[in-house]
Amino acid sequence: MAEAVLSISHLTKRFDDQTILEDLSLEVREGEVVVIVGSSGCGKSTLLRCINALEDIQGGEIRLRGDLISHNRKNLPELRQKIGMVFQNYELFPHLTVLENILLAPVKTQKRSRQNVREEALALLERVGLKEKADSWPRQLSGGQKQRVAIVRALIMHPEILLFDEVTAALDPEMVREVLDVIVNLADQGKTMIIVTHEMSFARAVADRIILLEDRRILEESDPETFFTAPKTEQAKKFLRTFEFNRKNKAEA
Amino acid sequence: MPDLGLEVLWKGKNFVRLLGGLWVALRISLIAAGISVVLGILLGVAASRKRSVSSVVLRVWLGIIHIMPQMVLLFLMYFGTTRLFSWNLSGEVAAVIVFSLWGTAEMGDLVRGAVSSIPAIQRESAEALGLKPAQVYRWIILPQAVRRLIPQSINLITRMIKTTSLVTLIGVVEILKVAQQIIEANRKASPNAAFGVYLAIFVMYYLACRPLSLAAKKLEKHWR
Amino acid sequence: MDWAYIESVLPLYGKAAWLTLRTGTAGILLAALTGLLCAAAIHWRIPVLRKITAAYVELSRNTPLLVQLFFIYYGLPKIGIKTDPEACGIIGLAFLGGGYMTEAFRSGVEAVDRIQEESALSLGLTRFQTFLHVILPQAAAISAPAFMANVIFLMKETSVFSAVSLMDLMFTAKDQIGLYYRTTESLFLLVGAYLLILLPLSLLGTFWERRLRHAGFGT
Repeated sequence: MAEAVLSISHLTKRFDDQTILEDLSLEVREGEVVVIVGSSGCGKSTLLRCINALEDIQGGEIRLRGDLISHNRKNLPELRQKIGMVFQNYELFPHLTVLENILLAPVKTQKRSRQNVREEALALLERVGLKEKADSWPRQLSGGQKQRVAIVRALIMHPEILLFDEVTAALDPEMVREVLDVIVNLADQGKTMIIVTHEMSFARAVADRIILLEDRRILEESDPETFFTAPKTEQAKKFLRTFEFNRKNKAEA
Repeated sequence: MPDLGLEVLWKGKNFVRLLGGLWVALRISLIAAGISVVLGILLGVAASRKRSVSSVVLRVWLGIIHIMPQMVLLFLMYFGTTRLFSWNLSGEVAAVIVFSLWGTAEMGDLVRGAVSSIPAIQRESAEALGLKPAQVYRWIILPQAVRRLIPQSINLITRMIKTTSLVTLIGVVEILKVAQQIIEANRKASPNAAFGVYLAIFVMYYLACRPLSLAAKKLEKHWR
Repeated sequence: MDWAYIESVLPLYGKAAWLTLRTGTAGILLAALTGLLCAAAIHWRIPVLRKITAAYVELSRNTPLLVQLFFIYYGLPKIGIKTDPEACGIIGLAFLGGGYMTEAFRSGVEAVDRIQEESALSLGLTRFQTFLHVILPQAAAISAPAFMANVIFLMKETSVFSAVSLMDLMFTAKDQIGLYYRTTESLFLLVGAYLLILLPLSLLGTFWERRLRHAGFGT
């Protein structure tokens, strides 16, 4: 079995007196694609934010290849460089061009040479079909294009793990595909990823393992085929039913 | 402890005299604010119609008022009218006129802004519900405009109070002038009176303005 | 209007306008610096400094410049802090303007979405790098109109400097009226000189604001 890239043990997260996640443990192995599903507000996004220490945690620990991820550690920026994160609303920097958005972090934090990173950035942009947009400004791009740039911005750091936080939730339906295709591609290349999504057919296709998060904890954990065809728990069945529509009085064809 | 000259404040009627001086300044700003609010609302509502004569008048008026320091406007009114029309305006009257001219323009602009800030779709959706134009104004436009307007008007009044301190420079006997008189009269007995007295005035202005700006801030947050 | 008289006093007004411009600019620069430091103290939630900053902003914004100047010029020397008129004017303007500039910068920084900061942090930038490369450039663009409005406001506020015996434009005009009864010419020169200083600033402000309002980064 491959080595664990990320290990979360007994994680507890509270906002004031409201518990979001309780005693949650999870391991993600090298090259694995873990998809997290669950109803809105179940703490999926919070979990991703905890992994990147954008939220402080009230219990347990999170380790990236053995290194403790903690709010008050000096090495937090270095650890974050190894964790790529893509947000729901892209969060490109509006005052920088597409290329500058991608170059900012590697040049400033990894002290890599501009020329070097630039070549890599252009190559990555070409792979996602956006090479000609390198000198555009974020506001000139469509949502789908912005999200692909955001993915490149995360990739250029050569992260050990990628976190996708409902990256298609803000997109118009016709743009969802172009973004998901990029992610499927990354999965094929063997990248380690945690994906939070509401796109069930995508989840089924891309995941090595599906996790249902409900009531502050992991409720069900299985391979995608099992999850979608033979869910074990009542909650999982109920969750999957929310994606089905039926008309009671419609004549059968 | 060094002599801070604070004892002067409690001597005789000094403190009451200072408060009296503050009242002279406050009175000017309150009269001007009253005039400004009434005229400003009339002007602003008229100017909220695009491309109306009143909107042009308001813009030109604002432009003139905005470009000149208030001190210069006071000067023009105080010395200029004497020269041009041989009026002998008292400093207080000149100040009320200048602050009213200034306040009316600013208030008019605030009203215009508040009324035209309400999106057209609000008016349209109210009309779609079958409300008559007057009803739309009364129940939809005004309540929203007023919420925006009240904090801004309070801020305008606060600014006016601060600006009235200038009238001492055109000879109105208000708090700063009274202060000079007190300091002069107590030169021998309390050589450090200037510190205590001016500190007191500093605090008094703060106490006059702070509650107003706090109220404006609270209302702004409350109604957002 | 006596043009010969006007010509004879032009150098006097030129000197006064230069004084207004010089002290005004110095005061405004100091105010901007103060505002930047205060806004940073608030943004980074530096414990004690943050409280002091908040109190200072309220104090400077809720008192008139004239009262601040009187306190600095006549009050402070009594406890051993002496300033010459020019320094007093500059310090007073910086004290007043610092409060307004803090508000302008603070609201600019606050207007940048928090998640922008998070997305920079998630790339591994340090807090300082994030502030410098991501928050500040966006905040500066948002704050620019308020900043420019403050610059114009503060330049106009210098017109009370004559109260602490600075020989600025107001002082000169008042002097000429008092000494020679040259009211018409003095008022004309006074207005003219202020227009010369303020009109370009105001036009620049309008131009700048329009550009920023109708175009963001990338148009």
